[in-house]
Amino acid sequence: MRTMTFRDALREALHEEMARDESVFVIGEDVVAHGGPYAVTQGIKERFPNRIFETPIAEAGIVGAGVGAALAGMRPVVEIMYLDFITCAMDEVVNQAAKMRYMTGGQASVPMVIRLPCGVGRLLAAQHSQIMESWFMHVPGLQVVVPSTPHDAKGLLKTAVRSPDPVLFFEYKRLYVAEGPVPEDEYVIEFGKADIKREGEDATVIAIGPMVQKALEAGIALEDDGFDIEVVDPRTLSPLDVDTICASVAKTGRAVICEEDSSFAGSGAEIAATIAERCFHDLQAPVVRVGSPHVPMPFAAPLVDRVVPGVAQVADAVRRVME
Amino acid sequence: MSLSADLCLRMYRDMWRIRVFEEEASRQTGLGTVQGALHMYCGEEAVAVGVCANLRPDDYLLGTHRSHGHCLAKGAEMDRMMAELFGKAEGSCGGKGGSMHIADLSLNILGANGIVAGGIGPATGTGLATKIRGTDQVSVCFFGDGASARGTFHEGLLFGSLWKLPVIYVCENNQYQQWVARKNVAVVDSVADMAASYAMPGVSVDGQDVTAVYAAAGEAVERARSGGGPTLIEARTYRFHGHSLGDRQEYRSEAEVEHWRQNRDPIKLLAAYMRERQWLGDREDAEIQSAVNAEVEASVAYAHGCTDPSPEAVTADVLDTAWRVTQ
Ligand SMILES: Cc1ncc(C[n+]2csc(CCOP(=O)(O)OP(=O)(O)O)c2C)c(N)n1
Ligand SMILES: [Mg+2]
Repeated sequence: MRTMTFRDALREALHEEMARDESVFVIGEDVVAHGGPYAVTQGIKERFPNRIFETPIAEAGIVGAGVGAALAGMRPVVEIMYLDFITCAMDEVVNQAAKMRYMTGGQASVPMVIRLPCGVGRLLAAQHSQIMESWFMHVPGLQVVVPSTPHDAKGLLKTAVRSPDPVLFFEYKRLYVAEGPVPEDEYVIEFGKADIKREGEDATVIAIGPMVQKALEAGIALEDDGFDIEVVDPRTLSPLDVDTICASVAKTGRAVICEEDSSFAGSGAEIAATIAERCFHDLQAPVVRVGSPHVPMPFAAPLVDRVVPGVAQVADAVRRVME
Repeated sequence: MSLSADLCLRMYRDMWRIRVFEEEASRQTGLGTVQGALHMYCGEEAVAVGVCANLRPDDYLLGTHRSHGHCLAKGAEMDRMMAELFGKAEGSCGGKGGSMHIADLSLNILGANGIVAGGIGPATGTGLATKIRGTDQVSVCFFGDGASARGTFHEGLLFGSLWKLPVIYVCENNQYQQWVARKNVAVVDSVADMAASYAMPGVSVDGQDVTAVYAAAGEAVERARSGGGPTLIEARTYRFHGHSLGDRQEYRSEAEVEHWRQNRDPIKLLAAYMRERQWLGDREDAEIQSAVNAEVEASVAYAHGCTDPSPEAVTADVLDTAWRVTQ
């Protein structure tokens, strides 16, 4: 199978969806110039000149326009240059987009995708490195999608564009250059379906976004310890595939949950609580979470290294649940 | 308005300090000692220097992602700024902030800001605090032309004018917003025109002419200090470098950049102004520049001698852990 980078896979998904459906359009800052800082929207201006809008620096305006266009039957794909700036459009996301269907008794639909480059990239400190998945998981009416591979990125983005409801689409900056196999034939990935990225018998590692790759690497290292881990990638945090997660934990009896964001009130907390509720009698050890400490992202490299969890932390956590 | 030779020499030296500091920081980025993004201020020095020459140490300053110049002009220590760019414990923010978050609260420099227009609301709030306390400090908020699109610009200026707060809103209109020309995403050319919506004086000045900036800011500071309320100043300026280091600058021509560098360099313009008046000769000029070079070199040496933040620093400063409320 051909391989491509995460960013190329996203770009291909956008091009395909825009060709398939004339109501899809792109809106955001610098989306024409270079196709945004991460070049995902490159080539769209040339191919679909009337369906890409480069905006003033005004996130509330961008998302607000997206909400309205979606209500009027379009399918906006909004780019927020860095996830951190979505906080400037929280009313539009949380009070408008998320609640329209419910408040109108099911009349309204907001088929909007908000693409969010997130996490640590270059060292840009506290206002350019956040993740915030759990903020949006907590809001009913939103869908939270977190691809970990080029394959999933493409299939999930295509599904996101087709979804009748708003999607927050998390793109970890350090994953953009990751390479992986992507089929030539068209495919989509259903929301709410976790993917078992590695099968194993001894412990379940539920890993989110970039932690999937780190868990797979830890899995290889742990073979030397005689431990065979299963890696479950939820792929969408809302909806969350509780059944797949719990089936795996029932099989292994041990669970480690890994996210790059702060584990305090993070997305892993919801997963841990669900495991405690549903799999209590299967567990042979307490659930362990891996995540960052509850701090803003610092600037200096040695501090950043202490914040962002790596392969070693995942392996250590597995050793703990195996004790 | 006539300026003294002393003041001009001071502003001249301050512009050079910013220019050389940044060029060195950019060189250090190339060497890998400075990481992260650098948004270079070169070309816009007259704005920070002309405004800050009117300020007292206790006046408030709030900046942008492009704030090395604002901080230096307000008196921030160069050594600690360089150390911050190096990510060192002795840096202005202990290595936690980096270029986009340099701050020095002892000089009421409340910080650079990674969020476009992020300083406008808080600057309005420092103005409110001053009014409540009845002191005569002023607050200066720098922001780019791009920031005038954000809702917080509208809300901040509205509050400032409604309560006649002592705030000077300084827009650095360098005609670009990252990789997009202002003319492609704005509907009014001059940001100063937007002041009318807030019934506030709006003035547009040549941001390459430090004497013009000094005069306009002087009037605004005077008005603010004496209870006359806020002013919106637009300084028309230009950044000599890309948006941040590594920018390929496909959105503008080399000829345009060259034109500004050759004919509209604020440092050259002030040098010419002073030479005309015999306030600056070759010898003084050389002395100023070598003193500035030495200061910048010393800041690099200082930064090299600093230490990495300790591992415990990661969890410090999130909240004031010493604070307790007891019965
Ligand atoms: C709220 C927000 N949106 C977007 C950005 C990304 N960004 C950083 S600087 C910049 C351009 C700012 O243009 P302008 O305000 O004119 O300042 P200049 O860079 O020209 O000094 C953009 C889009 C940001 N930091 N914050
Ligand atoms: Mg600008």
